[in-house]
Amino acid sequence: MAKPQPAPDKNTPVLECKDVSISYYTRAGEIPAVVDFNLTVMPGEAVGIVGESGCGKSTVALAIMQYMGKNGAIVGGEIKFMGRDMRTMSQEELRDIRGSRISMVYQEPMASLNPSMLISEQLNEVLIYHEGASEEEATRRSIEMLDAVRLPDPERVMNSYPHQISGGQQQRVVIAMALLSNPQLLLLDEPTTALDVTVEAGVVELIKDISKRFGTSMIYISHNLGLILETCDKIAVMYSGEAVEFGTVKQVFDEMRHPYTRGLFNSIPLPGADRHARPLVPIRGQLPLPHERPRGCNFGPRCDHFRDGLCNVHELHMEPVKGQPGQSVRCVRYQEIDWEKARPKAVQAEPVEFGPVVLQVKNMQKYYEVNDGSISALLTGKTTKYVKANEKIDFEAREAETVAIVGESGCGKSTFAKVMMGLETATGGEVILNGKEIGRLPVKDRSPQLVGSLQMVFQNPFETLNPSHSVGSQIARVLRKFGVAKNKEDARQKVYELLDLVKLPRDFALRRPRQLSGGQKQRVGIARAFGGEAAVVVADEPVSALDVSVQAAVTGLLTDIQREKRTTLLFISHDLSVVRYLADRVVVMYLGQIMEQGNTDDIFSPPYHPYTEALLSAVPIADTSIKKKHIVLEGDLPSPMNPPSGCPFQTRCPRKIGAICEQELPPVKDLGNGHRIMCHLDDDVLNAMEPVIAMPGDKPAAKRNAAASSGSGRSKAAAAAAALASMPVPRAEKPAAGTRGSAEKRRATGKKAAAPTRSGVAAAASSAGSAGTSARAQSTPGPGKPKTTKVASAMAVAKSGPERLTKPQGKADDLKLISGVGPKLEGTLNKLGFWHFEQIARWTKKDIAIVDDELSFKGRIERDEWVKQAKALARKPKGK
Amino acid sequence: MTDVTAETAAPPPASGLKRVWKSIGLLRESYVGMFGAVLVCFWVFIALFVDLLPLQDPLAQVRGAQMLPMLTEDPTGAMHWMGTDDRGRDMLARLMYGARVVLFWSVLATVVAYSIGMLMGVTAGYRGGWWDEIISFIGNVFLAFPQIVLLLVIITAFGPTSQLGMWMANDLGLDKTIVSGSLIIVAITFSTAPQVARIVRGIVLDLKTRDYIAAAEVRGESPLYIMLVELLPNARGPLIVDACLRLGYVIITIALLGFLSLGLPPPDPDWGKMISDGRQWGYNGLNMMLWPALAISSLVLGLNLLADGLREISLRD
Repeated sequence: MAKPQPAPDKNTPVLECKDVSISYYTRAGEIPAVVDFNLTVMPGEAVGIVGESGCGKSTVALAIMQYMGKNGAIVGGEIKFMGRDMRTMSQEELRDIRGSRISMVYQEPMASLNPSMLISEQLNEVLIYHEGASEEEATRRSIEMLDAVRLPDPERVMNSYPHQISGGQQQRVVIAMALLSNPQLLLLDEPTTALDVTVEAGVVELIKDISKRFGTSMIYISHNLGLILETCDKIAVMYSGEAVEFGTVKQVFDEMRHPYTRGLFNSIPLPGADRHARPLVPIRGQLPLPHERPRGCNFGPRCDHFRDGLCNVHELHMEPVKGQPGQSVRCVRYQEIDWEKARPKAVQAEPVEFGPVVLQVKNMQKYYEVNDGSISALLTGKTTKYVKANEKIDFEAREAETVAIVGESGCGKSTFAKVMMGLETATGGEVILNGKEIGRLPVKDRSPQLVGSLQMVFQNPFETLNPSHSVGSQIARVLRKFGVAKNKEDARQKVYELLDLVKLPRDFALRRPRQLSGGQKQRVGIARAFGGEAAVVVADEPVSALDVSVQAAVTGLLTDIQREKRTTLLFISHDLSVVRYLADRVVVMYLGQIMEQGNTDDIFSPPYHPYTEALLSAVPIADTSIKKKHIVLEGDLPSPMNPPSGCPFQTRCPRKIGAICEQELPPVKDLGNGHRIMCHLDDDVLNAMEPVIAMPGDKPAAKRNAAASSGSGRSKAAAAAAALASMPVPRAEKPAAGTRGSAEKRRATGKKAAAPTRSGVAAAASSAGSAGTSARAQSTPGPGKPKTTKVASAMAVAKSGPERLTKPQGKADDLKLISGVGPKLEGTLNKLGFWHFEQIARWTKKDIAIVDDELSFKGRIERDEWVKQAKALARKPKGK
Repeated sequence: MTDVTAETAAPPPASGLKRVWKSIGLLRESYVGMFGAVLVCFWVFIALFVDLLPLQDPLAQVRGAQMLPMLTEDPTGAMHWMGTDDRGRDMLARLMYGARVVLFWSVLATVVAYSIGMLMGVTAGYRGGWWDEIISFIGNVFLAFPQIVLLLVIITAFGPTSQLGMWMANDLGLDKTIVSGSLIIVAITFSTAPQVARIVRGIVLDLKTRDYIAAAEVRGESPLYIMLVELLPNARGPLIVDACLRLGYVIITIALLGFLSLGLPPPDPDWGKMISDGRQWGYNGLNMMLWPALAISSLVLGLNLLADGLREISLRD
């Protein structure tokens, strides 16, 4: 396909990152974004980088492209591409490599295509610029490539502008563009996050295929573990600027060693999680800011297995895991932790008894009028068109019940929410809340009590609160508005109660929204929604914009409050895993129609509506033991402006029968127990459907036990390993017996290590090696032991100027605690003989002047500021 | 459920005064902005405390001391640091008192124009539909006039010599300065408010799609509350920057009106009028034109630099 590239040696890594540290320079000094990052990508290999927002995964990608911007720099280590250090390459060489031998695919396809150029121009440009191909040849090869990324009708796409094709097609074009020059390495930064689930499934399918067909190595960056499982061979888990665990997908998914990785898996809703019997376990606390990372293990403050004097003493490094070649982990205690015992105990709760029907929606319709001013419309006299946003919405919800409304963009779920809230009025049908028709009652005509009893939690945590007003005043306004609070004092008291309810400290009332994290903002949003004794709360994708570890906490909170207040929750979402976990009943919508509804168990087991079946199969699941049926929908979502005739799903339906689907709206079949399906398929076909998601030892009863959230459940996964034969994962040779054996071994070592640990912290430290001990002795004050003498004895000869030390054994992770000091500055300071903040705390004015002369980096941050911080640190009790 | 929020260490909320102090501290990091702020503060200080300064009477005409160059003494032995004008009045005193006149009327005019412009913009942006069309159309009509022509038309049609002006001065007994001043305000409002409205409308169109606006609508807030409490405070960032620039333009406009003798009536010192007084003496009037021209440019430059600095800070982080 492409011009022959220098044949890659099978044994030379395509990319090698060695101890890479990346920092950004800001007003506050050096901000370490990524520290000590190692990664090797072999030819044809796909490596996933997973982590939450702010963990540095995109920074790694930018560093590989050597495209850091003005204020970013690689301050340590080296990045080798095809055996050559990229830092020694000239700008010219780099430009030559970017886009031809290393390509990148970004998250937002519309932003990576130039809207004013034809697709053909943009594709041809790559070949003409990088390879000097002729116009005709470039066009020929571009069309070939568009065909290879499975775009229907490549010629038409070539002659389109980006806005004329759909989002999924755009992303395929971007991938085609990246592959055109036959790169050795393809970087994908969240390539499917902006796409709908069923479209995403198609793109993921394509990505999976790339390395097989083109021999391209890939780095796939994502926050979604399920996607990594589907696409990658190896995975690096990042936390707070460091890789904390690395290994093959199988090793990390089945035998994860780092507490953070385990925490991540515990907080995502895998099949088998149940909000009553087996609730999700969130990771407590939140990601530290890059310049506020703790000493030692960055995950320490959030870790359940944290041990003072061991985890917070010195820098941690990636250590190879014994008995698992290729797996490494950044944790000093990974061998001793007994996961069985330490399984997080989530509070179990009794299932809720539902009350009477609170909300009835009967044949609700919402049409939007669109004026068509085109000449043809004027001629035919059809100047008004209707967008049928909602057509015949029909369901009911009981007290304390959670009803999920599921669908992709444009399915009408948000329109329905708007009608509920009174921002729009229904065109037909009825919406009855507690016996009162509200579908045609705009919000300004509703009584405060009614408005208060029907509230909403919004999607975007960064927009849900007004940045200009304090948290307390925003909640108080709601209370006053609904007449819950009579006067100021009363309102303040109630604000405090609501903050207690959502588990936020009371002094948050005085804070501005920008001082809150995303999860905290969403909690305030929940408090606001429940402020007026709401009977029904509509939650529009309340957690989709949050990080996974926070998602679990927020969903947990939402259901807790719902349980306590016996509120009906309408949960609007596109994420079927969350829905399965949360909902009692599910309504599946497609293009304004309800395709299927019923109890959650009925929806997630056959018979399915073909759309539900496709949706289920499209959701990536981060569990190696799950066997999933593979259904990829053809084409894209039709526009609601111009819906297909007959069944709305007929254009993409893999089970389409024939003409009847195109002509008639399917009948609604009642399968009993409130399970209704709108489809032309015969009952026999429906009943003969197989489950999309099969779990190991699959029996309906075993579902709840095939625990996705526990280590033991995961070990069983090996049994289903064969099911994943389609995946190019280099598998550990040993099957079930082997993994179980290693688990037992782990337990044994854990006990051994645990015994002495109880007898004292010092012993634990000694078991971590002498390096740890000496570092500890210097930085932790023992009882009655004056530590200063030790420091003083090591003082360098220099009489004038600040005291200096020779390199202590087992480096304490001290200097990075001072904000504005990153790896680069730390290295410089170390060279000058500074290793501890205690040294800096003792600097005098004169010392600062001397150090200033020796430092090459002179930021705006004053050295006085360092001393101030160091003094504060020295005063603080260690390890807290 | 574990407590997710226990260890968040956000700084305690600062009081209003502290926040203002902090933002001034931020401005310190922009050298350009700081320079602008110093210039503006200088003139504001002068305008506020000109009475306390040891200056001569700006209206007193010293016989035999007309058109003195700078740094000369008049026959009475008084020092004229910047010389005197064609009527023997001290230039320095006139310049300083002129600062008070210029700043007072320009700030007042900007505030009025801004209030009206913001109201127009926020209602047009939030309500949309036909209301938006009407407001935008009216704005466009005014913006389509060349500004000078618009000002000339308004001031000659309603100025002190018109029937309206006569009526205000004679029948209502209003001071001449107030009559002219309020007319300047009206003229400036007509030429400035549509521009402000346009900016506000743009910001509001963006802001009104935010979830917190939907939240306010969902709890049944009145449109007025949403516009004034939920929308406008969030538009303040770009508006403060724009107001600084706009104030500069208004100062130039007032000076221009003064230069065309359409501004404030004599004998109160007005920088534009001072330049025009000097102009009729040609080369000999250079000293009379130099100082007010410098004053205008330094004040406008200060405001522009201050706006630049504010923008720089607001874009940072």
